[in-house]
Amino acid sequence: MSEPAKITPEIVREHGLSEAEYARIKELMGREPTFVELGIFSVMWSEHCSYKSTRVHLRRLPTKAPWVIQGPGENAGVIDIGDGDAAIFKMESHNHPSFIEPYQGAATGVGGIMRDVFTMGARPIAMMNALRFGEPEHPKTRHLVEGVVRGIGGYGNCMGVPTVGGEVNFHRSYNGNILVNAMCVGLAKTNKIFKSAAKGAGNPVVYIGSKTGRDGIHGATMASAEFNEDAEEKRPTVQVGDPFTEKLLLEACLELMATDAIIAIQDMGAAGLTSSSAEMADKGGSGIELNLDHVPQREENMTAYEMMLSESQERMLAVLKPGREAEAERIFRKWELDFAVIGRTTDTGRLVVKHKGKVVADMPVHALSEEAPRYERPFTRRTPARGNPPYDKSRPVMDSLVKLVGSPDLCSRRWVWEQYDHTVMADTVQKPGGDAAVVRVHGTNKGLAITTDVTPRYCRADPYEGAKQAVAEAWRNITAVGARPLAVTDNLNYGNPEKPEIMGEIASGVDGIAEACRALDFPVIGGNCSLYNETNGEAILPTPAIGGVGLLKDVHRMAKIAFRREGDAIMLIGEPKGHLGQSLYLREIEGREEGAAPAVDLAAEKKNGDFVRKLIEDGHVDTVHDISDGGLLVALAEMAMAGNIGADVGVAGLPDAIPFFFGEEQGRYLIACPPAEADRIEQQAREANIIHAIIGKTIAAKVLRVEREGEIALSALKAAHEGWFPDYIAKPHAN
Amino acid sequence: MKTAVIVFPASNRDRDAAVVLEQVTGQKPYMVWHADSEVPSDVSLIVIPGGFSYGDYLRCGAMAAQSRIMRDVKAKAEKGVAVLGICNGFQVLTESGLLPGALMRNADLKFVSRDVGVVVEETQSAFTRRYNKGERVVYPVAHGEGNYYADPETIARLEGEGRVLFRYAPGENPNGSVNDIAGILNEKRNVMGLMPHPECACDPLLGAPDGLPMFQGLVEALG
Repeated sequence: MSEPAKITPEIVREHGLSEAEYARIKELMGREPTFVELGIFSVMWSEHCSYKSTRVHLRRLPTKAPWVIQGPGENAGVIDIGDGDAAIFKMESHNHPSFIEPYQGAATGVGGIMRDVFTMGARPIAMMNALRFGEPEHPKTRHLVEGVVRGIGGYGNCMGVPTVGGEVNFHRSYNGNILVNAMCVGLAKTNKIFKSAAKGAGNPVVYIGSKTGRDGIHGATMASAEFNEDAEEKRPTVQVGDPFTEKLLLEACLELMATDAIIAIQDMGAAGLTSSSAEMADKGGSGIELNLDHVPQREENMTAYEMMLSESQERMLAVLKPGREAEAERIFRKWELDFAVIGRTTDTGRLVVKHKGKVVADMPVHALSEEAPRYERPFTRRTPARGNPPYDKSRPVMDSLVKLVGSPDLCSRRWVWEQYDHTVMADTVQKPGGDAAVVRVHGTNKGLAITTDVTPRYCRADPYEGAKQAVAEAWRNITAVGARPLAVTDNLNYGNPEKPEIMGEIASGVDGIAEACRALDFPVIGGNCSLYNETNGEAILPTPAIGGVGLLKDVHRMAKIAFRREGDAIMLIGEPKGHLGQSLYLREIEGREEGAAPAVDLAAEKKNGDFVRKLIEDGHVDTVHDISDGGLLVALAEMAMAGNIGADVGVAGLPDAIPFFFGEEQGRYLIACPPAEADRIEQQAREANIIHAIIGKTIAAKVLRVEREGEIALSALKAAHEGWFPDYIAKPHAN
Repeated sequence: MKTAVIVFPASNRDRDAAVVLEQVTGQKPYMVWHADSEVPSDVSLIVIPGGFSYGDYLRCGAMAAQSRIMRDVKAKAEKGVAVLGICNGFQVLTESGLLPGALMRNADLKFVSRDVGVVVEETQSAFTRRYNKGERVVYPVAHGEGNYYADPETIARLEGEGRVLFRYAPGENPNGSVNDIAGILNEKRNVMGLMPHPECACDPLLGAPDGLPMFQGLVEALG
């Protein structure tokens, strides 16, 4: 990239900066910026790095609890899980790159979020991912699904970190803009957590990991703009991942962290060397002086601009205690990684970059961080969709059930998660396919329950209620395995915030998350915003993905969804309301997406959940499934298929079977237990004022039988449920 | 009984193997770095663990087979020390010539991670003595290149000499390997390689502990 002699308005525009923003830059600098400085401003002031549209809203999120060690603002959030152990986690998007180049986009998304977690001193112990694709019939969808799943597996499997679950949804609003949100959970000791504040002057700044190349230049800027038909021309800006190097980097970093040589460490993620150095100096209240001549380079004749903006993967920046360089270098050489002292911390509060004997950038750190623009963008809150839509009462329930369990959004995801190594580390005590995955804290009886959730169609109907629902479902899924929900990371995926209606979705989404997190004592300890998810002006459904983590005190007392015994009583906890608005039944069977999203009664959610969790903790119940997408009968079918044990259910005096069996009202669970236990539980439920009903029992016959509606063989249900994904992928490509 | 686990860059089931070895022997195994020149001489069992040694670059196991430590592993195997290669370890053993044949891309070209039924074909070995002949066990697999192949002559020898120790249960072959072969033995019957992960099937919380008899049997035979 040749450096222009003069910065023109055209160049400013190409850097994604507005005229007003450029004027402000000149004011802060007291002069015209150099080309390198302009590049640095453009990434640091991008939506991706500065959160300029969302920051004023994100303040409303609750971030504190006695068990929160580190809330938002570091590479990842940290919670205390007892006995000196800490869980460190975060979720982050890699949407734009994954659409352009699905394998590398998804792979580097996995790599990036793992670095965020191990840069804080944690060994990653589990991965999840929340994926949204366009409609299955869209000509690109199959290719994107295959590429993204391979990319996630290709990176995570090599790292030796189990990928234990996640979500896959299809909707036409993602046709031109898929979502790939990856979550990583790691484990550290509470007294060995590493942060990114580059404190002190004169300390060596070291570069570790891979060499710097020209890949990913301006990735953060790309992630902060809408797509158009030319999106694929941006392929050269997608980074290329090397999980082998990342695995070495992980082991080398953990080895270095076992010494006390590190003052601060941060991964080079979006905007690479620029953001890592600026953020570390900013947090440490110091300055940083870099000499790019010492940066390990993969290509020849790289300019300062390219090196500062490269997003080459598998790199970290650290500040060491003076005199500890040799010790650190020895570790990195052992792991055959690059190691170079590339600068010093200073007390000037400036980021100074030298290259080939010249100062190419000299700028105040605060201009890049706290002086970055923050917008109170105008927004309009949408009137939520209302009403419980009509439906055809004559449709046979059992036929609809088969269609639903074999529909794209409800069918088995086995085809996906069998490509992910979910058993490595030998601590995955609850595998993909349940409500939450559970990984044991190595060498203990504790477990971490992990889930990702959001129901975007609810969020479109009602951005506020839908966001509440995402938090509630995450909380419920963690509860359903018997764990205590502790904290969440949020990944807010929305369209263009410069449009008031999209900004309204964001504002309402934040409010919904805030309210639910507050009511459920489930603070937000980190997250990521991905905006401008639009193609040709068409926005995605609002998708505030919630990654939740909870603590299971004893992995031996854990519930699963699979029926375990014949003759168990099946009990519904929570109130049936027959809410068909925005349900999958309405969409898949009636072909309509309408009505109000289900309301979330947070008090009932908490009451019912606390009741169920106590039953599991006390050893009374080992079979639990939350009721969500598809409603009660789909949940029941999933329990029967998972355990290969039949069930017989019926409810006396039911006015309308369809809304009862397929309604998606919230705060509900199905539990199964021996009849004597069920009597005691009913007694307790009455005393606690929990709405409940015994709706049937598990049976010897391998069928699902519904009074007055008929029965269906489990084998037929399974064929539909397991069949969709492999059949879809195997279909000859339409184009 | 002393054991060792070889650690290559990007081995990733080294810890899983170490946990089981400590459980059955009562002492931690030596974790031997690939660049070292020797495995300690008091070792009776060497495990080459699963993972992506050298990132699977070039060919799975090919670069690890050329590492310095493998010269000593070969020498020790020659002297009769037991060697167990699991998954990537099996690939390293075929690449280094300690076992015949090769492991190719899975027939459906996809990585596969699932529990599979495996039949114990032969119990005349230190690795399988605790099992019953014909017993069906369940181990997880997690690999992209587990499709075992050897020329018909070699296969006939392996089969004829009782050196096919494990076979995928009918209909459960996850990778297309010839004769459903999951694990084989060398001629001297002290080196075994298999694609499934018995070391990850030793804890009842993770499923049936069907892998434990392999390690208990090894302790019995070698300890």
